[in-house]
Amino acid sequence: MSETLAKTPLFDLHVSLGARMVPFAGYDMPVQYPLGVLKEHLHTRAHAGLFDVSHMGQVELHGPDAAAALETLVPVDVIGIAPGKQRYALFTNEAGGILDDLMIFNTGDYLHLVVNAACKAQDIAHLKSKIGDRCEIRVRDDLALIALQGPGAESALMGVARLASRVTDLTFMQGAFIELAQVDCLVTRSGYTGEDGFEISVPAADCEAVAKAILAQPDVQPIGLGARDSLRLEAGLCLYGHDLDTTTTPIEATLNWAMQKVRRSGGERAGGFPGASVILGQLDNPATVTRKRVGLKPEGRAPIREGVELYDATGNKIGVVTSGGFGPTVNGPVIMGYVATAHAAPGTRINAMLRGTPTPVTVVGMPFAPHGYKRV
Amino acid sequence: MTTRYTEDHEYIKMDGDIGTVGITAFAQDKLGDLVYVEQPKVGRSLAAKEDAAIIESVKAAAEVKAPVAGEVVEVNEAIVADPSLVNTDPEGAGWFFKIKVTDATAVAALHDETAYKAMIA
Repeated sequence: MSETLAKTPLFDLHVSLGARMVPFAGYDMPVQYPLGVLKEHLHTRAHAGLFDVSHMGQVELHGPDAAAALETLVPVDVIGIAPGKQRYALFTNEAGGILDDLMIFNTGDYLHLVVNAACKAQDIAHLKSKIGDRCEIRVRDDLALIALQGPGAESALMGVARLASRVTDLTFMQGAFIELAQVDCLVTRSGYTGEDGFEISVPAADCEAVAKAILAQPDVQPIGLGARDSLRLEAGLCLYGHDLDTTTTPIEATLNWAMQKVRRSGGERAGGFPGASVILGQLDNPATVTRKRVGLKPEGRAPIREGVELYDATGNKIGVVTSGGFGPTVNGPVIMGYVATAHAAPGTRINAMLRGTPTPVTVVGMPFAPHGYKRV
Repeated sequence: MTTRYTEDHEYIKMDGDIGTVGITAFAQDKLGDLVYVEQPKVGRSLAAKEDAAIIESVKAAAEVKAPVAGEVVEVNEAIVADPSLVNTDPEGAGWFFKIKVTDATAVAALHDETAYKAMIA
């Protein structure tokens, strides 16, 4: 135990709220508060939950060539992200695998990127070495990140905003600079729970004041990483390092929607990202895609977890579970995994080898719990 | 009635030669909210430390072992229907199963309450 864990600016607040702290991606993070994972999950779906996600990396790309430069690293239309809009993206490698997934927000002046905690050092090195000569890369270690999620998130945020209309003006995947508790924050209407909600980038020194102001709003509870994981899994959202990695392509991960037409074959800026031949090849010839990410539903109530192998009716191994657990909203097991394409159609019945026993599971569409995004 | 504890945080409460087995308040707190319980079959013969029940919390899977050797004579179906009983009343309504203990001296060799409390302190 010689590893020294980093602390987020909210560490003292977590401890004072009675959080159980665990090591996560090099940080000492709250896995749960006294409410417990189950109730924290249900509270977020019914009201609003506040998450500390300051362990994630925040990076700015400045300069007139930043969007075009970033397009050389992601299969995504970055140039087309209008000011005030946010888009999901993937860093790919030469084999068409995924190095990380990220969010890109166009402030109008620069691009604000949010990357995964466990990947951030590698992502920053990747950005610097590949496009460091085309734009200025500013690593914002001085910023914290909190997420306010749930159907009550909008009214809670309005309660701390100097101008409530700045909050209601936003729809899903839009953002703006908004003054919250007398602090200028970058707010985007997005998140990782499937609910309506916001991610709030705030100067580290002011984060505790903003977090406390939000927690003082009615029906807002602090929520730990435990519920964050069950919420994202019910929402059918991928967790990097589990559902996505360097060996999975965006097509296998069924993230086709993340690749806009302009970057696909026949598009104005087709290709030009790492692994383009593999990824566009799979898009153009779906028959060559050997496996796909699917949702799975078992008949029983036993959770089926990551690493459990999947078999067809005749006992051939056809895949593996990449995320699995209990979904409190679904009130049953929720499972995500990869299966051979022939078995990927919803309704297909396969077996999960659970503690040595073949357990029937059915391929289902995702999300498991309906999304609550505010799209209009 | 004597109660004894294992290093794996099971308790066994003896009434004659029948021992009621469950997990301690400390264990349920560490596991977090339980969402699934799979009980052993009545009539099954368990060796000491053999995996008997399977439990899943929102965080992880775990096993409840037999503290001592014995035959399963009754299981608590209430916790299968509502696993949260184990969290709310682990040493009462949240018991797991009862075994007919074959060797009473094995029970005496487990930790008593004082020793168990010292272990988790």
